[in-house]
Amino acid sequence: MRYSALSLFANALSGHKKWPEQWPDAAPKPSYDVVIVGAGGHGLGAAYYLAKKYGVTNVAVIEKAWLGGGNTGRNTTIIRSNYLYDESARLYDHAVDLWDGLSQELNYNVMFSKRGVLMLAHNVHDVQSFQRHIHANRLNGVDNQWLTAQQAKAYCPPLDISPTARFPVLGGALQKRAGVARHDSVAWGYARAAAALGVDIIQNCAVTGIRRGADGSVEGVDTERGFIAAKKIGVSAAGNSSVIMEMAGLKFPLESYPLQALVSEPIKPVFPCVVMSNSVHAYISQSDKGELVIGAGTDQYVSYSQRGALHIIEHTLAAICEIFPIFKRMRMLRSWGGVVDVTPDRSCILGKTPVPGLYVNCGWGTGGFKATPGAADLLAYTIAKDEPHAINAPFTLERFTRGRLIDEAAAAAVAH
Amino acid sequence: MTTFRRQGRGRPRQEKTVRFSFDGKEYAGVEGDTLASALLANGVHLVGRSFKYHRPRGILSAGSEEANALVAFDRGPGRVTLNVRATTLDLYEGLTARSQNYWPSLKFDITEINDKFSALFPAGFYNKTFMWPKSFWDWVYEPFIRRAAGLGPAPSEPDPDHYTSAYDHCEVLIVGAGPAGIAAALAASESSARVIIADEQAEFGGSLLSMPEAAIDGAPAWQWLESGLETLRSRDNVTLLPRTTVFGYYHDNFLGLAQSLTDHMSEPDPKEPRECLHKVRAAKVILATGAIERPLVFADNDLPGIMLASSAQTYLNRYGVAVGDNAAIFTTHDSAYIAAFDLSDANIRIAAIIDARATVDTRLIEEAKKRGIEVRAESVVTGAVGRFRVKRIRVNRVLASGVSAPEMIDCDTLLVCGGWTPSVHLWSHSKGTLKWKSELGAYVPDRPNENVICVGACNGEFGLKRALETGASAGGGAARLLEVKEDCGWSGEVFGALPTDRNETRIKAFVDFQNDVTAKDIKLAVREGFKSIEHVKRYTTAGMATDQGKTSNLNGLQIASNALARPVEQVGLTTFRPPYTPTTFGVLAGAQSGDTFDVTRKTPIDPWAVSAGAVFEPVSLWRRARYFPQTGEDMYAAVARECKATRESLGIFDATTLGKVEVVGPDASEFMNRMYTNPWAKLGVGRCRYGLMLREDGYIMDDGVVGRLANDRFHVTTTTGGAPRVLSMMEDYLQTEWPDLDVWLTSITEQWAVIALNGPNARKLIEPFVDGIDLSQEAFPHMAAREGRICGIETRLFRVSFSGELGFEINVPAHYGLTIWRKLYEAGREFNITPYGTETMHVLRAEKGFIIVGQDTDGTVTPDDAGMSWAIGNKKLDFVGKRSLERPDIVANGRKQLVGLLTADPNFVLEEGAQIVASPGQAIPMKMVGHVTSSYWSETLGRSIAMALVKDGRSLEGESIYVPMPGATIEAKVGSTVFYDPEGERLNVI
Amino acid sequence: MILIRCPYCDEQRPEVEFVYAGEAHISRPQNPNLLSDDEWAEYLFIRKNARGVHYERWVHAHGCARYFNAARNTVTDKILMTYKTGEPKPSVEEIAEAAK
Repeated sequence: MRYSALSLFANALSGHKKWPEQWPDAAPKPSYDVVIVGAGGHGLGAAYYLAKKYGVTNVAVIEKAWLGGGNTGRNTTIIRSNYLYDESARLYDHAVDLWDGLSQELNYNVMFSKRGVLMLAHNVHDVQSFQRHIHANRLNGVDNQWLTAQQAKAYCPPLDISPTARFPVLGGALQKRAGVARHDSVAWGYARAAAALGVDIIQNCAVTGIRRGADGSVEGVDTERGFIAAKKIGVSAAGNSSVIMEMAGLKFPLESYPLQALVSEPIKPVFPCVVMSNSVHAYISQSDKGELVIGAGTDQYVSYSQRGALHIIEHTLAAICEIFPIFKRMRMLRSWGGVVDVTPDRSCILGKTPVPGLYVNCGWGTGGFKATPGAADLLAYTIAKDEPHAINAPFTLERFTRGRLIDEAAAAAVAH
Repeated sequence: MTTFRRQGRGRPRQEKTVRFSFDGKEYAGVEGDTLASALLANGVHLVGRSFKYHRPRGILSAGSEEANALVAFDRGPGRVTLNVRATTLDLYEGLTARSQNYWPSLKFDITEINDKFSALFPAGFYNKTFMWPKSFWDWVYEPFIRRAAGLGPAPSEPDPDHYTSAYDHCEVLIVGAGPAGIAAALAASESSARVIIADEQAEFGGSLLSMPEAAIDGAPAWQWLESGLETLRSRDNVTLLPRTTVFGYYHDNFLGLAQSLTDHMSEPDPKEPRECLHKVRAAKVILATGAIERPLVFADNDLPGIMLASSAQTYLNRYGVAVGDNAAIFTTHDSAYIAAFDLSDANIRIAAIIDARATVDTRLIEEAKKRGIEVRAESVVTGAVGRFRVKRIRVNRVLASGVSAPEMIDCDTLLVCGGWTPSVHLWSHSKGTLKWKSELGAYVPDRPNENVICVGACNGEFGLKRALETGASAGGGAARLLEVKEDCGWSGEVFGALPTDRNETRIKAFVDFQNDVTAKDIKLAVREGFKSIEHVKRYTTAGMATDQGKTSNLNGLQIASNALARPVEQVGLTTFRPPYTPTTFGVLAGAQSGDTFDVTRKTPIDPWAVSAGAVFEPVSLWRRARYFPQTGEDMYAAVARECKATRESLGIFDATTLGKVEVVGPDASEFMNRMYTNPWAKLGVGRCRYGLMLREDGYIMDDGVVGRLANDRFHVTTTTGGAPRVLSMMEDYLQTEWPDLDVWLTSITEQWAVIALNGPNARKLIEPFVDGIDLSQEAFPHMAAREGRICGIETRLFRVSFSGELGFEINVPAHYGLTIWRKLYEAGREFNITPYGTETMHVLRAEKGFIIVGQDTDGTVTPDDAGMSWAIGNKKLDFVGKRSLERPDIVANGRKQLVGLLTADPNFVLEEGAQIVASPGQAIPMKMVGHVTSSYWSETLGRSIAMALVKDGRSLEGESIYVPMPGATIEAKVGSTVFYDPEGERLNVI
Repeated sequence: MILIRCPYCDEQRPEVEFVYAGEAHISRPQNPNLLSDDEWAEYLFIRKNARGVHYERWVHAHGCARYFNAARNTVTDKILMTYKTGEPKPSVEEIAEAAK
């Protein structure tokens, strides 16, 4: 059933009894052309694009728990593309292009809100770094502009720009086309659209092994619910990528860290955009529901616990109260943790692996949500064509051996 | 004014009248009241509007689980706290609070129209619409949704209050000071163990405070409570923390406690902190957090006047307040009968007890009969009628199939009880597992993950006797059998949605009051394929409001379970997340605020810079003087003057922030060889060398001048920001890779103040002050280091230059830094000595082509990229980063190399960070070949200069590159990075 | 905030006194020049990222400043045992014994 104001009205008349399942809870078939491991936004999206753009419909997405329950449903939903290097700018801008119009594409409102992302500069080094980004973005056709402290305050009134602050605001880089989306809806929207094209979404089905044939290529996955044959396997398992890749005998340059986020109680609209401050480690926006959505830094050690420490939250909220003193009396309603997989250069690995038939999409660190449609589309392309798209071609595993890193963090001292 | 205050009821207290205001109207309450009890005493039930449908809402509970009665608590400008539960707000003289979420008034709320059109807003409706036309989302739909959402009004002023925090340690932390918690505390504190007992309420006692009739060991329970608390207060090893919420349970028995210190005071001392964060590490934790009564799910169950049965009991027995004159009871659990009896005994009319269960304990029926209360077993409430307060209820008998025709019963209050949910939130934070206990219809603790034990109701062990027994035993007390008189039955049944004769699509039976989630929303979610309870939660938002589903989770789960036709234990439970109740940002930030947000490192010379009118800039944690403007000067004018004075005569610069590490030991030079790219073995004692340090991946990490003070002693300097990184990397290699090397590393950054003198008159200035060092060109050449005395104080004197001029860096013990600076400055007047800051330092070094790590390099630059292959000891077999320099893409052509740039227009100063292209006039996206890393106006050269990283830059010498800026493309020529005195002659001024 | 026992100080202390220093038992090759690019990349970048028992390094930064090793369960975050730099990697059995 197509979603629209009209269908909502019609269903209201019949007591909403006639809405069909958004996606069926499929049982695994013995074999598929493609199996995607991990039913987050990236994995579900890859299945959708495989079916929609590349004509591969005999696809299963398998998930150890419930779809969208990993980092897709645990992040602060920031979407932006003002990255420094050409490779990153192209990658993320491809994603932003797809974000714009995704609701209509999926017939599912993912609430992509282009409210602008403002990154604050607190010292001369930040200013230099942001200017470098802005100039590079301008020549790459990516929108990003410099705001003075006063302009930043006008754009985001809760901001304190007092020059005597411990970390004074010297200005900021604003990407107007950037914004946020409703994270759960992204997973659900892709799931519904993929299922409608014949994709099987199999939840509560953990992968326990990857089988390889005599020639080394993949033959399928062993799961809690039995063996599923597939000649092509795409792994999109975020924090658990190392564990899955090891099943295929591959060692990856990844480490998984806890990352926390929190929300305040809902209040009336007060915060019109997204603000990130890397010097004081805080990022914040206000959801459509009215909650302030705040991201914290990672804990320091490798962990799969989806649980972080209190002192990280203390520091994050100190930073928020420092930059936005009017929020000091607000209250934290809920905090939670995710597991982010981080590569040595903080850029993703997206493409083929040394194992024929095995494709990977991992290492997004703290920045995976913003890439969702782009990464999904490129993973689907790579699987369908058995070769990477020009956009994801630089994001190989091999770059670590050759030394051609795409080190956004080093170049900018900026977290994603 | 009607009062619902009942004399002779409630906790014994001084009846001190307290005036307060709600929605602008003045009321009187009694000291010891909460805002909720005081409002109820005044007959006020309507206190707010709901989130989505703007339905009138009253007071549901008497505790922190409150879902409806959220108010804005106003203490003046900047001191408005939103969404405060009226049930937890202690009354004081002059308290001011307002209801929330309506327009224009609480009684006449236009936005209530949402309720009429609610059929259009089922769960997840926003996923299905607002998509066409596309552009409407940004400027019509979303702004509309945002305005409609949110509860309290946004704050507009900074919070003037401050907050504090403390680390506490104890052998036993007890959470909850009800009977179980107090029994545990009494037992645990008999030894010398440090015991902390915390409770969110102002008064300790928990459920006991609502049980005036109970008796323990033959004496009234309240007497037991009083003497127990007296004992605890008298013990030095016990800390009692009232008004303290244990909000989170973290790793290894680390818990966060938020204590409210001044919110209950009429005139708090503004110097006192408002709240305190206690960070407690406990050897053992005893959770005595009790249980929360569950509402029942039926049509219009959200009307004001519908309240949890035990809460009505609490208002009566603890606060002496009758919640109405004519109460009906609707229950599936025995405990509500006791509430009914208590109310009846206080002369409140009980209209009826409606019990959904088929069989009810005959003793309860007897007791009811005694009081003339009608009990309607096997009956359900199927609706409530009233505008702002319940007036009558609709009651049906449950039949074999469906229900009978309804009957209306008048009442002004309906007390509900759907059973009890153990408060396992903290247990779940600690990652203890839960098990479903079907006879309780609740999850109870199963396997612990920490040294923690749950006692009393939160462990599913109901009743005063079990609370006392399990509490005492957990506290390590002897198993003494207490004689307990209590009159509460603890048997009940769990229903999800109750049977009804009404069309389900036409009614609203609320599960989550605060987020306006109804039973049909949950059924819709299941119908649409949301089968995991986490999906149901996220799709309907049940349990995601500010009460985190304390009263709704289990009802929601039961309804989902029924809809899925799967037992509850297979449907699962959503994860409980910290905090237990909303926790103030300010208290979590603690003292990290304003000047104490982060340390500001200042050099010993900083006070002089302040008095000289310096403009500062933050550099890592340091604050450094950026320039010293004279009257009327901007930065550019000041820097031009400072540069000129330094090149012509003498400049003085505070270089104290440079990191300094002393590398000492027989293997010091071998260690230096391995850590730095340069060779060190042959560096003579008393000589200096520029050192370059790489990360193991081959990229430049840090640099600095290193002086060899003795064969086994190096004085290493690092960048200002890099010092901690460098030392920890050195320690890492020394301790873990090369423990065989006999070397000691000591951070000496704080040990030495560093005064840099640059300019042709530098030697002339210091000569008269220096003892024990021959400063002549021959005895003390460039890149030499000596130990001696200056102004009678020991010094490590380096003849080095970051400006290209004759230069000295004078290291003196930090506490002499300011004195010696002053002395040199005074003596320097004859040379027009000029203090300069980091900005001039940058210009001077750029004129000479010296790099700043982090500005001209960025973590992706190799020594060769930076034009510093000369700094690599080619004969060395190994050093950190060496192998990485041989990787294919590091040796390949096309790398970006550091070059100098001169703009075609000498007056144009390029922007740092500006991007470079090889040919102008390209379409977007342009092919970028590099960027400007440093760019300044050079007063010395009378033109602009710049450095840049450019692809194959060194091969482009003499060629033009282009910098496309908005509006114009700037042409520049590639050349050497050394713009001034390429031969280095100025170093050798005699 | 986890608790960590520093094997040099022999004291259990809160995490904020320590700094995490990555996976343990990755020795810097004696002669990196003899390694292939792949081998060198493996030394630099490849990590076990174990789900379960993880051998890792910590430094008691705000204490004795010594580096030491720990075995920690990355699912529960609990430190199972700590031992001095240079001591052999304990077996799973030894860790289980120490964790008691």
